Amino acid sequence: MQAHQRTLDPMSNGQHSGDSPLLRTIGLTKRYGGFLANDSIDVDIWPREIHALLGENGAGKSTLVKAIYGLIQPSAGEIRWQGQRIVLSGPSEARSLGIGMVFQHFSLFDNLTVAENVALGLDGKESFKDMSARLEQVSKTYGLPLDPHREVWQLSVGERQRIEIVRALMQDPKFLILDEPTAVLTPQEADQLFIVLERLKAEGRAILYISHKLEEVKRLCDTATILRGGRKVETCNPRLETAASLARMMVGGEIKEVKAASRRKTTVPRLVVDDLSLAPAEAHGVRLEHISFELKGGEIFGIAGVAGNGQDELFAALSGERLSKDPGTVLIEGIAAGHLSITQRRKLGAAFVPEERLGHGTAPRMKLSENALLTGHAASGMVHHGFIHTAATLKAVDRATEAFDVRKAKRDPEAASLSGGNLQKFIVGREILRAPAVLVVSQPTWGVDAGAAAVIRQALLDLATAGAAVLVTSQDLDELAEIADRIAVMFHGRLSAPLATSGATREKLGLLMGGSSLEPKEAAHAVGA
Amino acid sequence: MQLALEKRAERSGTIALVSPLIAVGLTTATMIILFTILGKNPLLALHAYFIAPLTDGYSLQEIAVKATPLVMIAIGLSLCYLANAWNIGAEGQFLIGAVAGSWIAVKTQGTDAGAWVLPAMLVLAAVAGALYALIPAICKVKFGASEILTSLMLVYVADLFLDYLVRGPWRDPQGFNFPTTAEFDPVATVPLLIEGGRLHLGSVIALLVVAAAAILLGRTIRGFGIRVVGAAPRAARFGGFKANQLIILTFAVSGALAGLAGIIEVAGPVGHLQPGISPGYGFTAIMVAFLGRLNPLGILVAGLFLALTFIGGEQAQIAMKIPLDVTKVFQGILLFYVLACDSLILYRFKLVFPSRQVARGDG
Repeated sequence: MQAHQRTLDPMSNGQHSGDSPLLRTIGLTKRYGGFLANDSIDVDIWPREIHALLGENGAGKSTLVKAIYGLIQPSAGEIRWQGQRIVLSGPSEARSLGIGMVFQHFSLFDNLTVAENVALGLDGKESFKDMSARLEQVSKTYGLPLDPHREVWQLSVGERQRIEIVRALMQDPKFLILDEPTAVLTPQEADQLFIVLERLKAEGRAILYISHKLEEVKRLCDTATILRGGRKVETCNPRLETAASLARMMVGGEIKEVKAASRRKTTVPRLVVDDLSLAPAEAHGVRLEHISFELKGGEIFGIAGVAGNGQDELFAALSGERLSKDPGTVLIEGIAAGHLSITQRRKLGAAFVPEERLGHGTAPRMKLSENALLTGHAASGMVHHGFIHTAATLKAVDRATEAFDVRKAKRDPEAASLSGGNLQKFIVGREILRAPAVLVVSQPTWGVDAGAAAVIRQALLDLATAGAAVLVTSQDLDELAEIADRIAVMFHGRLSAPLATSGATREKLGLLMGGSSLEPKEAAHAVGA
Repeated sequence: MQLALEKRAERSGTIALVSPLIAVGLTTATMIILFTILGKNPLLALHAYFIAPLTDGYSLQEIAVKATPLVMIAIGLSLCYLANAWNIGAEGQFLIGAVAGSWIAVKTQGTDAGAWVLPAMLVLAAVAGALYALIPAICKVKFGASEILTSLMLVYVADLFLDYLVRGPWRDPQGFNFPTTAEFDPVATVPLLIEGGRLHLGSVIALLVVAAAAILLGRTIRGFGIRVVGAAPRAARFGGFKANQLIILTFAVSGALAGLAGIIEVAGPVGHLQPGISPGYGFTAIMVAFLGRLNPLGILVAGLFLALTFIGGEQAQIAMKIPLDVTKVFQGILLFYVLACDSLILYRFKLVFPSRQVARGDG
């Protein structure tokens, strides 16, 4: 009854081992004020099943699993565990029943060792020594190698995730929830994770796998429940569906295809980075080392990589939020700009879209017109002799609203009141409508619904067609494959040589993301820390 | 069933205006209880506090005179607070301004120095207040020292420095050994607006300061920078606004306004330099700034309101033997309610009926 024995005959619903579901939600509803985050959701999870929970951001996936894990109380409906109705007082009660969860965002202390972190997350009373021994044993059994004595800050993201998984497995859960576990992994690391999950399944455990990567779900999962707008749309066998049919169910319609203009003409170099090195601003930050690339007008350059490998630091160095001592390290439109402030760089024709929408790209509690002014004051006729031209800021909001279909309750609401996708469209629109020569954008469609993501990607393509140089940092390899002309990978503060997108297979990129170099000579020195 | 706070999607504009009124209402209710406990007729006491001072011209002038330093200081403080810089030492900047301006008055005493004396005093007081405020600002920017502590500690330095001057080098030789300077010459005195009255030019300056602050915050990019640095520091840096620069600027402006208020008080209503020239204006102004929602016009109203409580407190003491300290209690309660009611701007009350209790029934 091992993983390998599983013949790939497509299971129809109802053909389950065991005669009752392990966990079942009946009419589960969660209301936040007037908003229904979960609207009467029925899900059955059977032992020996990898069950996918699919949906766009805001579809209600997180709310559902939070209710199952006891983090929030449902407003109505019930949860049954092995046939018994349960009311969870909190996660520790869920854990004692045998429900484990691995969160997307890790809760680890950087300055503590692996074993210490695991000990902090366990409710048990066993001694630290016994616990460490068990930790080593569990990690060995499941092929999740971990050194219990290393401090977390020295570990890669994949290793950190292993800690979370091992921590969950040490409680011997019957049911494990994983929230977008592959979002931070290289393709190779993801493959390793799938082997572990298959094995857990073979042991008779159930897994709830939250994702929006459809190919992954088709490959791994036996059942998929699709949520949209807080409601369950369908429960199906993902292997019998196509990625397109799953996407249709998620989005509730066809997704617009992104079209690149037939052939973009590349012109002069508009953004040049020449041997940029920068010490980290904070402890455990990433040191940028000898980064060089050249970006011509009409070109989209993608930077892939696992989060935390220096992408944030590179963005800060390019935008001018951090200055470089050597002006020549960053050239915008041929002008040495390494020492220039972000405002001066904007005046040279650069525009920037940071990863974090609220608090970085916008001031959450300020109006959209004020947020238009935030980056527009440098060079958009919004300021005359120090006085704000309010009509001009409102006009900028209207233009972005119209061009990017920003949905909002009134003409000029606070930034925080917009949904993620709409706010991102506003931010991207705000920058693109200034017709920049260079656009540096970080995670352009992170946490954005599919419709808004298509609009944003199309806008980036159109901007490049119009002759701008566009630099896109993203963890989404599919996104980069779709829009970038060349892709380079960041690892430990270094940037690989760029690959033409046509030649950049997932395997090659995955290797680079994991730190191996395609040219073996350089690789030996790549690990700086 | 329980009462829960629920976050609003957007800041409520109506509540932002109504919240200080709710706070005043709750304060009044609390004061009625307090007066009753003290054995005073609460209606008469409230009348003495709020109504009586508004009924005669002298009291009205006195309210404006009291409100003048409060409003000027609070305007400066509001700039700091908007920028997330916590200047608690306006009292010290007020005293240093008073000392610096008085220096010219003392040195020109009895000479036939001309009309330049008063303007010079005002300018010097503002500069001194600004420089004094820059000490905590620079310590914060350069060394990361908490401006709350440093600015507060400098209040006592200024207080004792003033004390030393009026007991020592600047003491009036004909002053019967009282710790005070001689009365300032007419050219070193802030002119009155009404002959024989109390209202002086300082009140006009305060109004100009309110107008200037309203324009700065509402219409200029500099004012926008101050607001965004406080509201969202990372976004402000992304917008190209330099937090450190704005901390220095707001501290300097705030110190200058406090210093100006100091010399206006000394060269106006008081007429000479002495200890105790401020009944805690620099601290009360913190309350004025928050009661006025860090908004210039709001501060004007709040300043007049708190001045009313000062005057009313004096009248209540005279008429009903209510201790003057009750006024301070009153102001403290008011600040408490103002801050409490502020949470209603971002949150609203909601009755919730948790499903758990229902579930427990059969679970």
